[in-house]
Amino acid sequence: MDFNLTLIGQTVAMIVFVWFCMKFIWPPLMAAIEKRRREIADGIAAGERGQKELAEARSGAEQILQEARHKAVQVVDIAHRRSNELIGEAKQVAVTEGERLVTAARAEAGNETLRARDGLRRELAALVVAGTGRLLGREVDARTHAALLDELAAEIGRQAPGHG
Amino acid sequence: MAEAGHSAGGYIAHHLQHLTVCRQDGAWVWNECHGNFWALNVDSMFFSVVLGISFLWLFGRIARKATSGVPGRMQSVVETVIEFVDKSVGDTFSHPPRSSVIAPLALTLFVWIFLMNAMDLIPVDWLPWAANQAGVKHLRVVPTADVNVTFAMGISVFILTIYYSIRMKGGLGFTRELTLTPFHHWAAVPFNFALEGVALVAKPVSLSLRLFGNLYAGELIFMLIALLGVWQLPLHFGWAVFHLLIVLLQAFIFMMLTIVYLAQAHEAH
Repeated sequence: MDFNLTLIGQTVAMIVFVWFCMKFIWPPLMAAIEKRRREIADGIAAGERGQKELAEARSGAEQILQEARHKAVQVVDIAHRRSNELIGEAKQVAVTEGERLVTAARAEAGNETLRARDGLRRELAALVVAGTGRLLGREVDARTHAALLDELAAEIGRQAPGHG
Repeated sequence: MAEAGHSAGGYIAHHLQHLTVCRQDGAWVWNECHGNFWALNVDSMFFSVVLGISFLWLFGRIARKATSGVPGRMQSVVETVIEFVDKSVGDTFSHPPRSSVIAPLALTLFVWIFLMNAMDLIPVDWLPWAANQAGVKHLRVVPTADVNVTFAMGISVFILTIYYSIRMKGGLGFTRELTLTPFHHWAAVPFNFALEGVALVAKPVSLSLRLFGNLYAGELIFMLIALLGVWQLPLHFGWAVFHLLIVLLQAFIFMMLTIVYLAQAHEAH
């Protein structure tokens, strides 16, 4: 183990190597590593942010859904109530209308009966007049006996309801 | 695979001989330079520079195409090493403002020493035998088993330690640290200085000798195993596995101690 010029040669070589490493190797590699580290950190932060936002959105959606369900129940409720009301109203209207129709029909029927009775009465009176004329042997002048005929008709009319 | 005609001792001695060149009496002389400071260990220089350049080439190639997106396999490996060194430096330096030299220095030392140590895993006879065929009589392939190489690094770190001590604490602060600790009294100055001086000089010496000793011993044991004939195979395998640990560990220890010494230089007491 002699010390010799190699000592100095090695020192020079080492200085050159360290200088080269310091100048051309360390900075670009460290820059790349740092940049990647920053990018990964940013990526992780973005991921966490996204996850938080997703959770918030989920809870928001859940809330909206809840509200929608609630509203739907309310709407169905209102619809039920309204339909019941409508049915009730319709029933009422139908009953009223039915009653009105029945009343009207009854009135009409009554009128018809009266009219028919009136006609029958007049025919009967005419028959009575004709029959009486034939019995008396002469014609009964309708004009002359108008008052009598009317009285007769009225008499029949008064008795008729009793006989049906 | 001891060469015929050589004794075991001769084989070892031959393998522990550097390929040296020096100038004597106006002529270049190979391998006859004992005691001449102006000799150069060509093998150590060659392998260390080749390995250093391969490190720079590999890392430089990755650094030039470094992307902050999905890294390639090689970039991942390089980044793992870089992050490991960066973390070691960051953990050791409690005070953030530090010189931009320290981390690249630690990286260079770590990878370079690792590559130089790893040369020990090439079977001891291969490269020397190939060199012998080419007419080169001596060749040692593990630069860190050359005391010149480890001391060159140790002394460089030592000089940096002193430089940063003075820059961070000022000349006066550094002198005070050397003379007024551990005993803060004027009468204790010589004693303090002796103590601190030894502690200071011990750093580069221990740093260099630890690496050198481990690798030199490792190389020597590989040579001894190589002398055993057919029994060398399992032994060689066992020692190589164990040496794998030493190769990595010594590179790490050298880097870590460099960082620690420089961190101490940055810290005011």
